[in-house]
Amino acid sequence: MDSIAIEMLGITKTFPGVVANDHVDLSVRENEVHALLGENGAGKSTLMSILFGSYDPDEGTIKIRGKEVKIKDPNAATALGIGMVHQHFKLVNNYTVTENIVLGIESRDRFGMLDLKTAEKRVAEISERYGLSVNPRDKIEDISVGMQQRVEILKTLYRNADILILDEPSAVLTPQEIDELMDIIRRLKQEGKTIILITHKLKEIKAVAERCTVLRRGKYIGTVNVSDVSEEEMAEMMVGRSIKFEIDKEPAKPGDVILKIENLNVRTARGVHGVRNLSIDVRSGEIVGIAGVDGNGQTELIYAITGLARAESGTITVNGKDVTRMNVKERIVAGIGHVPEDRHRHGLVLDFTVGENFALKSYDRAPFSSSFGVLDSGAIASHATDLISEYDIRAGEGASMKARNMSGGNQQKVIIAREIDLSPDLLVVAQPTRGLDVGAIEYIRKRIVAERDKGRAVLLVSFELDEIMNLCDRIAIISKGEIVGTFNEGEVDEQQIGFMMAGSKKETVLKERS
Amino acid sequence: MMAETSKKRTLRELLLTSDAAISVMVVLLGFICGTVLIVCVGRNPVGMYKAILQVLTGFNIDRHRFYIRYVGEWLATSMPFILCGLSMAFAARSGLFNIGGEGQYVVGMTVAQIFALLGPQVSVLHWILALVLAMVGGACWGGIVGWLKARFEVSEVVATIMLNYIALYGSRILIMGLPGTNTYKTPDFPETAILKSQFLAKLTQGSMLNYGIIFVILSVIAYWFIMEKTRLGFGLRATGFNKDAARASGIPVVRSIVLSMAIAGAFAGLGGGIVALGSFRYGRVLAGNDGYGFAGIAVALVGNNTAVGTLLAGLLFGMLSSAQPLMESNRIPKEITFIIQGLVVVFIAIRVGFRIFIRYSMKKKAQREAVSNG
Amino acid sequence: MDSIFGKIPTILMLVSPILITATGGMICERSGVVNIALEGLMVFGAFAAATAHFFLEPTLGPSSVWVALCIGSLFGLMFSYIHAFASISLNADQTVSGTGINLLANGVTIFLAQIFFKQDRTKQFMLGMMPGPGGIYPTAWIALGVLTVVWFALYKRPFGLRLRACGENPQAAASVGINVRGIRYVAVLASGFLAGLAGSCLVLTTNTQFNSTTVNGHGFIALAVVSFGRWKPLGIGGASLLFGTALAFSIIASDYSALRSLPTEVFNIMPYAITLLTLVIFSGKNYAPLAAGKPYEKGAS
Repeated sequence: MDSIAIEMLGITKTFPGVVANDHVDLSVRENEVHALLGENGAGKSTLMSILFGSYDPDEGTIKIRGKEVKIKDPNAATALGIGMVHQHFKLVNNYTVTENIVLGIESRDRFGMLDLKTAEKRVAEISERYGLSVNPRDKIEDISVGMQQRVEILKTLYRNADILILDEPSAVLTPQEIDELMDIIRRLKQEGKTIILITHKLKEIKAVAERCTVLRRGKYIGTVNVSDVSEEEMAEMMVGRSIKFEIDKEPAKPGDVILKIENLNVRTARGVHGVRNLSIDVRSGEIVGIAGVDGNGQTELIYAITGLARAESGTITVNGKDVTRMNVKERIVAGIGHVPEDRHRHGLVLDFTVGENFALKSYDRAPFSSSFGVLDSGAIASHATDLISEYDIRAGEGASMKARNMSGGNQQKVIIAREIDLSPDLLVVAQPTRGLDVGAIEYIRKRIVAERDKGRAVLLVSFELDEIMNLCDRIAIISKGEIVGTFNEGEVDEQQIGFMMAGSKKETVLKERS
Repeated sequence: MMAETSKKRTLRELLLTSDAAISVMVVLLGFICGTVLIVCVGRNPVGMYKAILQVLTGFNIDRHRFYIRYVGEWLATSMPFILCGLSMAFAARSGLFNIGGEGQYVVGMTVAQIFALLGPQVSVLHWILALVLAMVGGACWGGIVGWLKARFEVSEVVATIMLNYIALYGSRILIMGLPGTNTYKTPDFPETAILKSQFLAKLTQGSMLNYGIIFVILSVIAYWFIMEKTRLGFGLRATGFNKDAARASGIPVVRSIVLSMAIAGAFAGLGGGIVALGSFRYGRVLAGNDGYGFAGIAVALVGNNTAVGTLLAGLLFGMLSSAQPLMESNRIPKEITFIIQGLVVVFIAIRVGFRIFIRYSMKKKAQREAVSNG
Repeated sequence: MDSIFGKIPTILMLVSPILITATGGMICERSGVVNIALEGLMVFGAFAAATAHFFLEPTLGPSSVWVALCIGSLFGLMFSYIHAFASISLNADQTVSGTGINLLANGVTIFLAQIFFKQDRTKQFMLGMMPGPGGIYPTAWIALGVLTVVWFALYKRPFGLRLRACGENPQAAASVGINVRGIRYVAVLASGFLAGLAGSCLVLTTNTQFNSTTVNGHGFIALAVVSFGRWKPLGIGGASLLFGTALAFSIIASDYSALRSLPTEVFNIMPYAITLLTLVIFSGKNYAPLAAGKPYEKGAS
């Protein structure tokens, strides 16, 4: 008889302007791997934050093993045996693995002093038992992302969690590391744990989950046995309509080389080499994608192209002009457009109006500025109004609305509208659809393809392999700052890309295939 | 029923979220606390308010007479407050915390004094040039901070304070090096250097009000114009709100920071020059800080970094300051004005928290309504 | 050679208040709160100690010095509560609320001096703190003790592990159930206590009364010491020695004929110029606690 480990009944949670959870039910059996599926903004993270005590529900009850409980903070959740592995790791970078694990429940010796030796021993024991190999003395900032995730899992096991919530765990892993994670999940289940897996990746659900609960726009849609449904059916439940996984696009008609990078070397902020001896071309009328796991040099590459970071050596040429030593302004004038990875940091001034954000790169020239330096606010406003209607941007108060008050999807549209409007020859796009709902994602991808068809050169960096394989005409895989292989569309499959992301060279991978 | 509650809510929302309203409330709160403090130490707070009334209108309640001179003094005293407020405000709009107004003021004052004594004695031109050079001096002193911040990421908070002290002692060395100077004053200024206006003095029956007021008004207008209407101001505001986005958009952030601190320094330097040539007939060897620079911080905060707000706040602080002698004669210690200043700054700091608190309570209300609406 | 060693008591006299304040500043910043108000808190402490000592000296004799130290520390603690409340509970801008306290300090202390003493300074007390063996004031030992105790607490006790986590990644600390707000309160109050103590030490060793130039920027120099010392106890100790020596120069210089001809203002400028220079050379932004200065928002990821 399967007993119920967790029951959440009628959970409702509202934030200003949005109902995150609307009478949601969830029932998780003891020792099962249960997936929680939904797209961005569906309410999965909110629901689990309630389970973990970070939020109080406005309505609804929670029962753990049949007993009704009130979970008022993470400590209470931990006491009930619930552990959470967050999507964005909650780790102190300059502490060791052990210090991070024991933070909050430190072992003390008889004088009340911090006793790290005992802790280290226990960490080693647990990591052995569950097959999560880590070195207890390593500093977090020195270990890989996959290992950091294991530390997060160890944190919960150290606190004797029986119920583990994993929030989008594969977001930061290579395909191989994802396979290892799937093994870890199976091992944890073997050891008697109950696992809730929050994800929007259908493949993973198929790989490890037994049942799956689907949320859409805050509402409970249904619970299915994973073995009884197909990925398409789950996707349809998630989105509410049949979605096309593929984008319709014509084959590319590449023209002249627009972007030429040769032997580029860029340091990271910490002085370590971010980009190493990298060379790549992008022609007009094609979309070249850079595939790789976050942290392998993509950010430094983009910064070097757009002027936000200095290149140590090598050259970057756009349209025949050497831009390597140019500042950001000069590069914008030279025809480089940039849709940044972090839209709130580099893309928008949130406290400016939409109109001012549209003018952010062109405010100092006509028609927005006179030759004496005086601004023409009328011109700025009417330009904004044009763009708002052309790109179907939802801005309630029009051009004078503060960017901060817009939704993520509309903010991203503002950035894209601004960049495209400047008619760049080269469009550098990083993570364009992160955190957006399906409607916005579709629109933006279509726009990118449209720009390609207009003859622009597009360089796309994305951590979502699906996006790369869908949109790009050519794919380059980056690993540890180097390009380890370049392929035309269709020449490689996901598995092979995965190996290269982890560092294998192109030749090895292709050889193994045949 | 629904319409009523929503109207009521919007009025309260307006009151509590409008920056101007909050500034007014903060000032009132500061006064209330000051009044309470005076009562606690056994003095009569009415004396403070009588003094304030006389300064604002010239009307002496006890004697039933108007003394316009006090109004003139009020305006004259407000000048450095307004300018130092503009100094802090300008930098703040660009994202910088300029507490070096004191040092920039001292540099302006020192330059003005030196030029007054050593410069060519051409009427009118003499003091105008002195003021201009005072602005340049202040601009340089501010620009250094901007450069240190932009180039070396040195916190402008600590750098400006160090430069304040260096300016003070440096000023002493330079002024004492002028011929004929003893340990506290220089020889008298030539007539051509003195900032005096027959017209204005007559108008206000012998107050110290002088042509500096024109410079102040021009400064306020210039502040507004630069910030809101020029591309320089656009770039500075963008940098102030989000340095990273500004940089990614091609805005020259390093140059903006230096320029912003330089302009801020110019405002404060002008204040120093006006005080040097308008309030004294000779150069002073500074024994301590005049305090306008620090008061300017409070002025800018109360004025919410806007042109009009800073003007009004500067007038307010000028009023408090020029009422000090009257307060003393009513047995109120003059330090009450510094206390009110300090309280105002602390309360303004809480303003942000206030706003968060209001947002939080509005959130709760919206939640309750959303849930009840189903 | 001998003359330099003879200067050590003077140097230590000025180093001690800086070290004590800097230690408090370190605790505060390691927990994530920047405390610009250290200057003002030293002022409050100095005023309170000078006033207390003046009133108590006739009855208690030399031991009233120790009572005065306690009272000064408590005053620092009290007023740091304002900064704690504003910046932690209300998420106010930490720089603004700190500056407010500095402004308040100048006003309130002189105001109270007017009330108590009818002048804008305290009345002079007879004897301040007496120097101990070797001519070294006890404040030097107090400073050393404070540094040792704080080092111990920060690195050997679970409390210290948690406090440092609050300054590096408060979300991580909160996710394991640590009360970030509570720890930050403790840190700010501790820094207020220490700043008050330092101000008391300063006034009781370098002067016989409190006036508006008693503290004169030492609180800000302590801030520079914290960053120059890379937020670590050992570094702060060394940095305090450096800056204290620079401060002592204006007193020591009169003993060297070569330096006597220079105007005193040159020596007055030195500590501030040196501070500025070290800040430039050692712009140590990379070593600051990651979350220092950022208001802690619950639930933000």
